[in-house]
Amino acid sequence: MNEQPENLRNFTINFGPQHPAAHGVLRLVLELDGEVVARVDPHIGLLHRGTEKLIEQKTYLQAIPYFDRLDYVAPMNQEHAFCMAAEKLLGIEVPRRGQLIRVLYCEIGRILSHLLNVTTQAMDVGALTPPLWGFEEREKLMVFYERASGSRMHAAYFRVGGVHQDLPQKLVDDIEAWCDPFLKVVDDLDRLLTANRIFKQRNVDIGVVPLKEAWEWGFSGVMVRGSGAAWDLRKSQPYECYAEMDFDIPIGKNGDCYDRYLIRMEEMRQSIRIMKQCIQKLNAPDGKGPVVVADNKVAPPRRGEMKRSMEALIHHFKLYTEGVHVPAGEVYAAVEAPKGEFGVYLISDGTNKPYKCKIRAPGFAHLQAMDHICRGHLLADVSAILGSLDIVFGEVDR
Amino acid sequence: MDDAKLDALGQTIVSALPGAAIGHSVAFNQLTVDVEASKIVEVVKYLRDDPNCRFINFTDITAADYPSREKRFDVIYHFLSPTLNARIRLKAQADETTQVPSLIELFPGADWFEREAYDLYGVFFVGHPDMRRILTDYAFEGHPLRKDFPTTGFVEVRYDDQEKRVVYEPVRLNQEFRKFDFLSPWEGADYPVLPGDEKAGPKV
Repeated sequence: MNEQPENLRNFTINFGPQHPAAHGVLRLVLELDGEVVARVDPHIGLLHRGTEKLIEQKTYLQAIPYFDRLDYVAPMNQEHAFCMAAEKLLGIEVPRRGQLIRVLYCEIGRILSHLLNVTTQAMDVGALTPPLWGFEEREKLMVFYERASGSRMHAAYFRVGGVHQDLPQKLVDDIEAWCDPFLKVVDDLDRLLTANRIFKQRNVDIGVVPLKEAWEWGFSGVMVRGSGAAWDLRKSQPYECYAEMDFDIPIGKNGDCYDRYLIRMEEMRQSIRIMKQCIQKLNAPDGKGPVVVADNKVAPPRRGEMKRSMEALIHHFKLYTEGVHVPAGEVYAAVEAPKGEFGVYLISDGTNKPYKCKIRAPGFAHLQAMDHICRGHLLADVSAILGSLDIVFGEVDR
Repeated sequence: MDDAKLDALGQTIVSALPGAAIGHSVAFNQLTVDVEASKIVEVVKYLRDDPNCRFINFTDITAADYPSREKRFDVIYHFLSPTLNARIRLKAQADETTQVPSLIELFPGADWFEREAYDLYGVFFVGHPDMRRILTDYAFEGHPLRKDFPTTGFVEVRYDDQEKRVVYEPVRLNQEFRKFDFLSPWEGADYPVLPGDEKAGPKV
């Protein structure tokens, strides 16, 4: 910038923290050279709640609700990572029905997240209709959350050793009935956006990330798949019963915002495929059975048992006061959350509380590359790129 | 990868980097390599570039605090190799004054993760161009994830209507922070004095 005449200077503006396209409480300090972005400095931490510190003070059971409040768009996917980490340390395996329910609800979470992202990203570039259509379906999915866990968003449904309660058959049937009409909604969204001239002008060739850079910036999920890596933890390091599910992983070619949008659209369809298989397996005879491990040192006894058995009552009391003692050790467990690889690094010292719990949020790694991706783009592209990174501040700020 | 392969990989890494990689272990089907903090860049470069490793995906940097140890921090790195479909964890010991070399030259993604480790634990990274706090408030003091930092913190904020600005005040709690100790005394909890016994006077 040294060769500029003296009466010209770069313009610095504040984007957010109260800007609707900032997707939460992001403050971007943008340095503009005319309308071209010269530097982006994201300021985060406005939603920092000290989740990791709080988890160190809580028992393993009490820690689970904090995970709902990270990426609050797909709460159960986060709980899943924490439960898997604790289960690895405890060396327990979730019963089959529990696994199927977990996978079913993880895919619901994926659709919840992608619906929000795809439609609001469209809103960021000027389309108002998609969010209205998308939110109607999200509302239905949240009712499924509520019917399983009693809560629309902060479910606390996944527990160490399984899930909290079994699903009623009516709920399973209703989810099945929702699947096919939803595919039509995806097709409608597709017709609204995919070939839309304005949408393409705003997204094609914007925010291109080459694969090598994607890896070294710590990207994961849609962000590496958009750049052409056939990498999905559900396929490459299958957890729960993903290994027996039949689904495809869409990958992009150009690594731009448009490819990432296309991948998210296709992933929603693939999620429906997985959900249908889950429901089919849940209805099969070997899909019946317990949803949580039988060991009462880990999972509480059923309410009915507690009325009759003294031992069950003691177990219940001990579990909800003292909690589970997790053997000492350290473990990193990651799930393919809708936004990328969501990891939990857990250190246990053998007591009833985690010694350390590091939450590795995909959005944190993606957002830090804002400066790198946005440089040289126009100001208007910043919101398109931010939208396609799929940022939710609950998980970035923790 | 199964445990035997991970163990072999760990052995290869340790023998290829004498003095930098100190030892390795495999637990829960995960490989951990202990490294010398000052040589971390050398180790990571090897892991990234060696054709048998190809740990090209940066995953995470964090720290853990063990106040009773001489070097109180573990700086913990996670990497992923899509080629091997394997993860690796590197652990380096550091204290408040250790200057841990930054990985930002090798992995630009280390940027915020190092800032976060500095912010929350006070681990210093040298060679990082922009070592600011990241998650905590703009003028925050202390490193909140250290074990000797109280969960309630030291200052609280409120909007002052007279001064028309946010003011910082020392934390005032109407009720003391309640930390329940549910460890059962008969299951191997190690107390110097049983809870409650401190209320009784000295035995006569």
